[in-house]
Amino acid sequence: MGELRLMKGNEVIAEAAIRCGCDGYFGYPITPQSEVMETLMAREPWDETGMVVLQAESEVASINMVYGAAGTGKKVMTSSSSPGISLMAEGISYIAGAELPCLIVNVQRGGPGLGTIQPSQADYFQSTKGGGHGDYKLIVLAPASVQEMNDFVDLGFELAFKYRNPAMILTDGAIGQMMEKVELGDYKPRMTAGEVESKTGSWATTGKTSDRDYNVITSLYLESSKMEESNRRLQEKYIQMEAEEVRYETFQCEDADYVLVAFGSSARICQKSVELARAKGLKVGLLRPITLFPFPKKPIAELAKKVKGFMAVEMNAGQMVEDVQLAVGCAKSLATVTYFGRMGGIIPTPGEVVEAIEQKLIEA
Amino acid sequence: MTEEIIIAGFGGQGVLSMGKILAYSGVMQDQEVTWFPSYGPEMRGGTANVTVIMSDNRISSPILHEFDTAIILNQQSMDKFEKTVKAGGVLLYDPNGIVHPPTRTDINVYKIEGTKIAADLGNVKTFNMVVLGAYLKAKPVVKMESIKKGLEKSLPERHHKLIPLNLQAIDAGQEKLETVNLVS
Amino acid sequence: MEVKDIIKPENLVYEKPKLLTENTMHYCPGCTHGVVHRIVAEVIEDLNIQERTIGVSPVGCSVFAYNYIDIDWQEAAHGRAPAVATGISRVNPDKVVFTYQGDGDLASIGAAEIMHACNRGEDIVVIFINNAIYGMTGGQMAPTTLLGQVTATTPCGRDAERNGYPLKITELIAQLPGTSYVTRQSAHTPASVRKCKKAIKKAFQNALDKKGTSFVEVVSTCNSGWRINPVDANVWMEENMFPYYPVGDMKDAERDSKEAHLKKN
Ligand SMILES: Cc1ncc(C[n+]2csc(CCOP(=O)(O)OP(=O)(O)O)c2C)c(N)n1
Ligand code: SF4
Ligand SMILES: [Mg+2]
Repeated sequence: MGELRLMKGNEVIAEAAIRCGCDGYFGYPITPQSEVMETLMAREPWDETGMVVLQAESEVASINMVYGAAGTGKKVMTSSSSPGISLMAEGISYIAGAELPCLIVNVQRGGPGLGTIQPSQADYFQSTKGGGHGDYKLIVLAPASVQEMNDFVDLGFELAFKYRNPAMILTDGAIGQMMEKVELGDYKPRMTAGEVESKTGSWATTGKTSDRDYNVITSLYLESSKMEESNRRLQEKYIQMEAEEVRYETFQCEDADYVLVAFGSSARICQKSVELARAKGLKVGLLRPITLFPFPKKPIAELAKKVKGFMAVEMNAGQMVEDVQLAVGCAKSLATVTYFGRMGGIIPTPGEVVEAIEQKLIEA
Repeated sequence: MTEEIIIAGFGGQGVLSMGKILAYSGVMQDQEVTWFPSYGPEMRGGTANVTVIMSDNRISSPILHEFDTAIILNQQSMDKFEKTVKAGGVLLYDPNGIVHPPTRTDINVYKIEGTKIAADLGNVKTFNMVVLGAYLKAKPVVKMESIKKGLEKSLPERHHKLIPLNLQAIDAGQEKLETVNLVS
Repeated sequence: MEVKDIIKPENLVYEKPKLLTENTMHYCPGCTHGVVHRIVAEVIEDLNIQERTIGVSPVGCSVFAYNYIDIDWQEAAHGRAPAVATGISRVNPDKVVFTYQGDGDLASIGAAEIMHACNRGEDIVVIFINNAIYGMTGGQMAPTTLLGQVTATTPCGRDAERNGYPLKITELIAQLPGTSYVTRQSAHTPASVRKCKKAIKKAFQNALDKKGTSFVEVVSTCNSGWRINPVDANVWMEENMFPYYPVGDMKDAERDSKEAHLKKN
């Protein structure tokens, strides 16, 4: 068993990064995630593992530093909160286009605009549908506990390198600021250039040697046929992700008439709501997508064949509900799909969700 | 066993650190714990509260609308959280600064003169430990040895010399807990 | 004398540097970019650092710099090359990293990134091609466009009231304690090419020696953007650009040590 600690979600991101052999972190302060960089700076990992930590001048710079470092085959990351992620959109698109592995953490806060520093899930569309320009997707992991904040750093890098694609941990201020018991992972050595090459091929700009052609990291293909070829390659990766990487969890769905679909902190709330609803004799279950892209379409479609209705519970105006609708529609099911949520940094309570189940799902 | 607690008062009263020590004690005796704070600028001088959940099972929602126990340390928090205690639950408060004491008769109400006791101990900063002691008397959810370990884990090394004083404050709180009988 | 009598090894005055690839350059005839590419290739070859060098190309006419020099390259988003180079250099301290940027890229959209990279004193080389115009997008005003200069977006000439003043960014950069070597060169005559090469070589040597940021501006021509022929472009540059952007070293020192900086201030 690994070391047990009581830690904040944000602190755990930092600790997990050091332990999983991350080579570098580049970031810019923004609430509610500044503890990530603060923890890293206090830990001084450059002495311990050689990990580089740098406060950049902006999120624009951070993500481009990630681009540069990732282009040399290093395991690098950044973290920010919603407004900062918007600024990074250009860089993330370039990273996806150039097929670089990296990890981006978004500890969401309410928007639009400067918004609020309170937790939110309003960046679901931005994260799962690309976010920047062009046809691309991120691998999006949605932790629901501090333990998963820890586990998904390693998993995120693992998937990022497997697909040479940026991975995102999409979390929110609630999980970032919350402390829970966490079992930390063991230290993994940082990967050598040779290991990266034997695992993922020779693509990184590590310095041209006489035994190979020079490598170029770019997303530029002026010739349309070449561009389309690159687009196709990306789409093939996304199809493979949909086949191999869908992760989700169900809770009391076996005999459920109604199923809540919720991710991250909303899923934690819904788990309680399920308990409360069951105590009232209502047969309610919960499906928690762990990967938001690839989205668990199939399990939802399967459930759609036997349940009466779904309710997406989100801390936004109803974004993931569209993906639930699509999945249910694909199953040609007549199950109703509805949404309940709060916005602006307000977290719905388990009781509110139960009321919504009764009013929006059962009575409707 | 699952214990869902809200601790609420002013920023600076040690609300968050009391919750943290409690949560760490839970970790020390192998329980699942969640510590969920109010965060942001409201904490500077304004009200601060933290939800602490300790359980033998996986913990669901960190956000709750009702609690097994409310520890209330100012009037605003009384107004907000008295009504959120589950029937049969516990409300513990420090009467210092409370204008409208609790009135519910379906819960167990306790009182601790935390401010006064801490001042008598010669260190007003031990206030939160006095209150913690009182709570543990009302609801012994964690063992004292876990609290000791929790203190060691949550206090930075340079503050470890203060642990005996903190334990003394916890003892004082346990001794001086008062039961307020409102049950009609 | 027959031509074949002239082309002999002992008469050799010019040779394609080994590190220039066989790809045909896409630059307009007379464009400064090609000359500076050759210099960079020669310097990398002279210093024997092909295996250690990583170039960062910009968005601008030189976006395809990676097609021409036989080293590993990264193509950066518009203006972000200094951040990309920072990332590469920080996690690969044994590598020699350089950016190659135009004036729009470096002094307009990327003004923040270049300032901060230089201010941190990243151990990188910056090659800055100042042709006072946006070549790639068809000759619009750049931050370095001279007052009165006609461009696609200043058809009546750059007007200070409307557009502000031509930005002497290199002078600003020279103020930053993170930089060790800041110079302005040109590459329009054999003599200036030789000087320019010396400057670029020094910049790369500084990066090898971890001396902080070295910054080489090359005052350049863009005959297509300026809409004049290459020969006249050189004359125009000498008459109009040099007075405002005088050629020469602005700073040649060690990067400030913490102690030296504290003492100075
Ligand atoms: C975000 C963004 N905005 C605008 C452009 C369009 N663009 C491409 S190159 C360029 C100007 C380049 O000028 P300069 O850096 O001076 O390079 P030159 O072509 O003159 O060498 C612009 C505006 C872009 N590619 N990306
Ligand atoms: S447009 Fe100007 S900068 Fe671009 S290649 Fe032609 S001459 Fe050079
Ligand atoms: Mg230009």
